[in-house]
Amino acid sequence: MEDTQNVRFKGAVGNDDEIQVVAFQLGREEYAVEILNVQEINRLLDITRVPRAEHHIEGVVNLRGNIIPVINLHRKFNLQASGDEDDKRIIVFQFDDVKAGIIVDEVSEVLRLHTSDIEDTERVYGSITAEHIRGVAKVEGRLLILLDLHKILDL
Amino acid sequence: MKMDMSQYLDVFLEESKEHIESLNQKLLDLEKNPHDIPALNEIFRAAHTLKGMSSTMGFDDLADLTHHMENVLSDLKEGLLPVNSGVIDVIFKCFDRIQMMVDKIETEGSGEVDNRDLIVLLENVKAGNFEAAAILEETITEVKSAVGQTAEGLQSYQEAFDFNEYDITVIKEAESRNLNVYYVKVQIDEQCMMKAVRAFMAFKAVEEEGEVIKSIPSAQDLDEGRFESEFEMLVISGMDEDELKGKLASITEVNVTDIKKINVDSITMTKPQIQTVVNAVTVEEVKSIQAEADDSKKTAHKVKQTVRVDIERLDNLMNLVGELVMHKGRLEQIGATRKITELNETMEQIDRITTDLQSVVMKVRMVPIEQVFNRFPRMVRDLAKELDKEVDFLIEGKETELDRTVIDEIGDPLVHLLRNALDHGMESPEERVRNGKPAKGTIVLRARHEGNNVYIEVEDDGAGINTQRISEKAIEKGWISEKEAETLNREEAIEFLFRSGFSTAKTVTDVSGRGVGLDVVKNKIESLNGEIFVDSRPGQGTRFRIKLPLTLAIIQALMVSVRGEIYAVPLSSVDETTMIKGSDIKMVQNQEVIMLRGSVLPLYRLGQLLAVPGEDNDEEMYVVVVRKAERQIGLVVQTLIGQQEIVIKSLGKLMAGIPGLAGAIVAGDGYVRLILDIATLF
Repeated sequence: MEDTQNVRFKGAVGNDDEIQVVAFQLGREEYAVEILNVQEINRLLDITRVPRAEHHIEGVVNLRGNIIPVINLHRKFNLQASGDEDDKRIIVFQFDDVKAGIIVDEVSEVLRLHTSDIEDTERVYGSITAEHIRGVAKVEGRLLILLDLHKILDL
Repeated sequence: MKMDMSQYLDVFLEESKEHIESLNQKLLDLEKNPHDIPALNEIFRAAHTLKGMSSTMGFDDLADLTHHMENVLSDLKEGLLPVNSGVIDVIFKCFDRIQMMVDKIETEGSGEVDNRDLIVLLENVKAGNFEAAAILEETITEVKSAVGQTAEGLQSYQEAFDFNEYDITVIKEAESRNLNVYYVKVQIDEQCMMKAVRAFMAFKAVEEEGEVIKSIPSAQDLDEGRFESEFEMLVISGMDEDELKGKLASITEVNVTDIKKINVDSITMTKPQIQTVVNAVTVEEVKSIQAEADDSKKTAHKVKQTVRVDIERLDNLMNLVGELVMHKGRLEQIGATRKITELNETMEQIDRITTDLQSVVMKVRMVPIEQVFNRFPRMVRDLAKELDKEVDFLIEGKETELDRTVIDEIGDPLVHLLRNALDHGMESPEERVRNGKPAKGTIVLRARHEGNNVYIEVEDDGAGINTQRISEKAIEKGWISEKEAETLNREEAIEFLFRSGFSTAKTVTDVSGRGVGLDVVKNKIESLNGEIFVDSRPGQGTRFRIKLPLTLAIIQALMVSVRGEIYAVPLSSVDETTMIKGSDIKMVQNQEVIMLRGSVLPLYRLGQLLAVPGEDNDEEMYVVVVRKAERQIGLVVQTLIGQQEIVIKSLGKLMAGIPGLAGAIVAGDGYVRLILDIATLF
């Protein structure tokens, strides 16, 4: 148990100036979240609508007996959904005692980013407002927008 | 003797605690029946063992105290001393001290406590010097004030207030509700003409946002002006110190001379008895003994001896079992569609095992209500003494099991009900005799299973509820007119008891009648999905009945579908169901209604309430008749799917408090379904 934790810890952080992120598509833009908080990535499960919930909550899903809210970022940020239904995924996060998922159009890959490649930004590159963004990374000509999940989940 | 005894310490502690528990139990028995020789023998034996163990372990102070106690017990056994309440009180005090010493040994490893006060007292009792003991009982208050005067500035609430178990319970309860407990000393201007009025205003000011649980002098004395210029009170309030102080100081001619926040851990339960006529221990000495006692109480961290399991882990286990059941269902389906007959036998086995597993997991969450009940005999005893009432307190069905979550919540309401029974229900011994009843009253606390519910009853044979006084009070409060009061029947009158702001106690006592009322009890019970009923017959007594679900985690629900979505309606709020056609619906003042057995039932379409996309099919619909606070409402749905036992899960932090939703379930098909909360749906 201890061993696996250690390995995971190393893998996740690497050294100080490197972080690992999961990159994904939302609309026609590419986003990323730090892998530390990602619990798992699932196919689109059967989502149950929750009446009277906030607009950006798509509903709830059953994840092995746990009930998890799913957030629709397209709705929250007014993005156009794109791509194939089959490629859609739910990325499930865990913060302390809160678990939640977000719907993404397609998960592209897991990347290592040098912290020096990440640019703090006040400028808005994509459709998401600056307060929800931790920074922007340029990788091989691609622009990855790093999301601040705490802000997005409103924790 | 310097043998290493540490390896025996655990055994010693465990056994001592067992002995103390049985001592308390048996002494209560003995108090009830002074001729209960077996109980006396049992006490003697336990005390003797305790003495032997503690001297072997080298806890000399403990051994010394138990030795003196044993001497008294031995005389009781020989019949040299009568078993009377004076003696029993002293022995109870010894038990409390022993308990404290054992706790101290557990936390600090040493049990050094000066017990001279109790020993002197025991010696007096043994010498048959009851007069001394009696005088002592009476002089306690005087000694208290003497202590207060000699040690000015040092005086603290511990010395001023004699906390009994009931007070501690109230204070703990307040803390658990995040309220503060204050010790407040108030001075009223010497020139003031009407001190009682000032005192009353001070109480009033506190009670706007709190409660006075105790005062010195007592509330009666204050009301009647029997005090000098100062009085002290113990206040429970949500206000912070400054607010409280400001509130009091705003009354003219009233000054707050001292205000302190009290922490429950710092309160010692029973003050050591002090001073006797023959062998006086000086006030100073007593103070130091007490300070020590207080200190050790402060540092007491109880070491847990049992394995406690986080309820969350049990919930997880429950989840997993639920999942298992679900997948079993899928397997069965596969077996059926592929027509694999060999699978059937195995499936039956799995079916049995999962059902067993489910009930075992459920049972793990159940605990006997004994845990809650056990603290009451002592509380009732102390309280009865304080109120000068005589009661037999009987407990029945303490082995009845309830869900852990319910157990944790039910204690406070029961404290209130028992307090009410003693204070309001039970008459004074003189009054009882005058009414041809035995001087000693009876209070019964009873728990039992019935179907899927547990009933807890608090029954007394006191005066019964005086509905006349209730209606007077209701008129006074402006809830009803005098005319309405005339036609008020008994049940309706009793309903007023549960309104907030109600209190019938004619005279205000320290024990109850200062604010916290039955409305709080009712709200608590309802938050546990329970109900409370009252039967009362004038002159014969009152019975409060609490009906609680066996568990909060699993309920019976009616599954309904509307415009393609499926919801669960808790069966506890469903009265009946009926099928209707669109043409049955009438409009009354823009409100859809139907006639149901001659009465008009307002209808709400669930699809509309929850903004479900789509249209209702008016050809064939069902009405689920639900109850919302005594009123019936018809909920229109498309079809009824059936009744089902469901495991409630929370919707989590992100979606907490959505009106109309009580939680969610994972249904047999793996989908999440939402549970409606009728109380907040409309």
